[in-house]
Order: sequence, then C-alpha cells, then structure tokens
Amino acid sequence: MSPIVKRKGEKFTLPSKYLLFILTILCTGMVLLTFNTTVFSGPLSMVAGYTVVPFEEGISSVGSWLANRSDELVQIRDLIAENESLREQLDELTIENTRLQQDRYELTNLRELYSLDAQYDEYQKTGARIIARDAGNWFHSFVINKGSQDGIAVDMNVMAGSGLVGRIVDVGPNWSKVKAIIADDSNVSAMVLSSSDNMIVSGNLKLYASGVIEFEQLVDSDNVVVEGDKIVTSNISDKYLPGILVGYISTINQDANNLTKSGYITPAVDFEHLEEVLVVMELKQLPE
Amino acid sequence: MKRFIITTFLVFICFLLQCTVFHALAFGGIVPNLLIVLTSSFGFMRGEKTGLLIGFFCGLLVDIFFGNSIGFYSLLYMYIGYMNGKFCTIFYPQDIKLPIALILGSDCFYGLTCYVILFLLRSRFDFEYYFMHVILPEIVYTIFVTIFLYPLILWINTRLERSELRSGKKFV
Repeated sequence: MSPIVKRKGEKFTLPSKYLLFILTILCTGMVLLTFNTTVFSGPLSMVAGYTVVPFEEGISSVGSWLANRSDELVQIRDLIAENESLREQLDELTIENTRLQQDRYELTNLRELYSLDAQYDEYQKTGARIIARDAGNWFHSFVINKGSQDGIAVDMNVMAGSGLVGRIVDVGPNWSKVKAIIADDSNVSAMVLSSSDNMIVSGNLKLYASGVIEFEQLVDSDNVVVEGDKIVTSNISDKYLPGILVGYISTINQDANNLTKSGYITPAVDFEHLEEVLVVMELKQLPE
Repeated sequence: MKRFIITTFLVFICFLLQCTVFHALAFGGIVPNLLIVLTSSFGFMRGEKTGLLIGFFCGLLVDIFFGNSIGFYSLLYMYIGYMNGKFCTIFYPQDIKLPIALILGSDCFYGLTCYVILFLLRSRFDFEYYFMHVILPEIVYTIFVTIFLYPLILWINTRLERSELRSGKKFV
C-alpha cells in the first residue's frame, strides 16, 4: 500500500521523506529564481517586516540604552578629571577660535576661486538605526530600521560620518539590508583622490581582525601613490556615487606582474561600533 | 496548536537573540548558532518531520534578512533537521552526550557547507584559516551555549508532551 494514498477514514499524513523531497525542490527552485531576480522578496520581506522588525527594533534600542548607561557609570570618574583640563583648554581655544574665524573668511573666498564644493552636502541623506546584524559569521551585513516607506531603494549608498559603509541590497516596507564594504563578497570601484588612479577595493574575511580591507589592480605608472593617500569612490562605479571617502592607504605593494599595485586600506568608518548610519537618497545616474 | 505556537515563538526568540543580543556578547566577532541548536534538538527529540520543518523556517528567516538568494539557508537547515531526526530512535532525555555530539556535528556540517559553497567556490582556498578562525570558534561557542539552552528546550518539550498526553487521555 502506498504511504501517500489515503484509505477511507484514515487521517492523511505526509511521510517526512516526501516532505523533504518537496521542500528540497521548492528551495532549489527559489534559489535559482531569486539569484538574479526579486520575485518573492516583496511578499516575504513584507511579512518579515511586520513580524520580526518591531522586535528587533525594541531589543536593539533597549540594548543600546543599557550599553550607554553602563558606559556612563564607568566614565563619570574620568569625566570629572577631564572637565578640569577641558575648561583650561577652552580659554585657550576661544582665543584661537577668533583668530581662525578670520582665516575662515579667507578660506571661503579661496574655495570659491577654486570652485571646490563640499560634494557630500549636495546629497540628500536620511539617518537610520542598525537593528540587527548578520546571523552567521561569514559575511558582514546588517538590517536598518528604514525601508521603502521612507523612500529607500536598492543600490542606494550608505555612509556613517564622512565614510562609506556600503550599499542597500534588499528593501522591505520598514527595513532594508545593507552590505558593508568589508564583507567578503563585496567589491567597490574606487580611486586615489590625488592622482585619480582607479582600483578595486574588496572586503576580506581574513582581514576583519586587523581592521583593514584590501585593494588591487591599481595602475600607478608614475609612482605617485603613497601610504596615507585618500581613497574615494570612483567616477566609473555603477553603484556608488563619486567622491565618497572609503579610507586611507595603509600598505602598498608592487604586484608580481610589475604593472599593477595592491595593498591594504584602513576604512574611514569604524565598523565595530557602528550604530547609526546615513542613507544617501540618491541613485547613481546611469546611461540607459 | 499549543505546540505550534510555542515552537514558532522559540524560533523567533532564537533568531532575534542571535542577530541582536549575541552580537554584543560575541567573542572575537564570533556569534553562536542558536538556530542550529534549536533545529537539531527538535530533530532528535521529535523526529525527522519536525526537524526538517523547523529547520526550513529557521533557514527561511535567515534567508530573508541575510541571504543573497532565498532558499540556500532553508535547504541547509532543513537537511540538518532531517538528519538529526534519524537519531530520534536512540534518543533518551536523560542522556546529554548524544545531543551534544549531534549539535557539534550539525554545526560542523553547517560551517563546512558554508565554506565550500560560499567561499571555496569564489576561490578562497585557505581552508585552515577559515576553519581555525570561523568554523571552530563558532562550534565551541555554540556548544557552550547549548549547555544552557538545551536543558531549557528539553524542559519545554517534556512539558508539552505531558500536556498532550493528558489531553489525549480525555478522549479515550
């Protein structure tokens, strides 16, 4: 008698191996379908958004509140001593400040002359809080508490302070997933600010502990790039807006082919203690 | 029905803890894998079907929030749950050795599969480094958490079984 054919009066049960088989096919199908498309992510992320995200937000806000309180207790003693010395410094700085303000007028005039705009200020940004981090230990991505309802879309750039954090890779109604530039499977097209030489910056799991990310394929035929140079996102990247600070070169080596260089970059963002991020509400304009 | 609600609740709690609280308690950036503990303990306590269903939903949650494509983690967790279900016949609640060994094996299997599919295929060949710095610490931390989490899961399951037995007797 076949185990799935129902006999009269018998309660219908599906044997586990058939269930396993059906779900395996379902999963394999979904992997293939969702590898390059976003067919199911709409409804699924909606359901997940309204069930899981509120709890994540609650836990993370309680967690950060507790962390802040404990930090405060530790810091009170230091703060009293620091306060004294800071008061002294304040007087010195007030004097210096008046002098610097005069310099600033001069600088503004000079900036206009060189037409150097502060580029970041042009981008419209929105702040968001990190509410969950990757469940595994292999990659570095996190979930923030704003989504399509707040106007966030896939591929928008994410910053913290003045540095690049990553980009949005998945969006739900009230949450979105950010893939960090230090994740093992992320690559950013970047350039050296001083010489405009292009390079590829890629994350590497092995380098998490040392706090750096690697870069490669830097063509620097004039040998002008040195350690400490600023690295910004390049003009030719199709995901990242140009001119966002990635970090500073910490090590640079000649490759074995003698044509290109590679090395390590210290990111401008402290990924260990990231709590709030800024999402740039602008997408890179691409030729159709 | 009661079992369904409590199990769903457990899956949610474990997922939430794993991606929020345990990141604050991480040792060297490594978080324990609570979902593996949950999937495999329900696998060997309740059998193949429960194991594979719980695994499927645990994996689906991870897929939605952190996966590159939906289905990969579901598949992985589902097979882990199913495999653990095979050991249901030799499981006794008094024995702690089998659960620990099974959870250890499951987490090891999880780590190795993740390495092969997500890293080795992208030509990251330094297996020794990844084993020593990701897979092994995760296993150790997971086992450490298991010592506290597993008795809790076992207690919940025993309570559920007892109350099901009681309500079953009413109809006889």
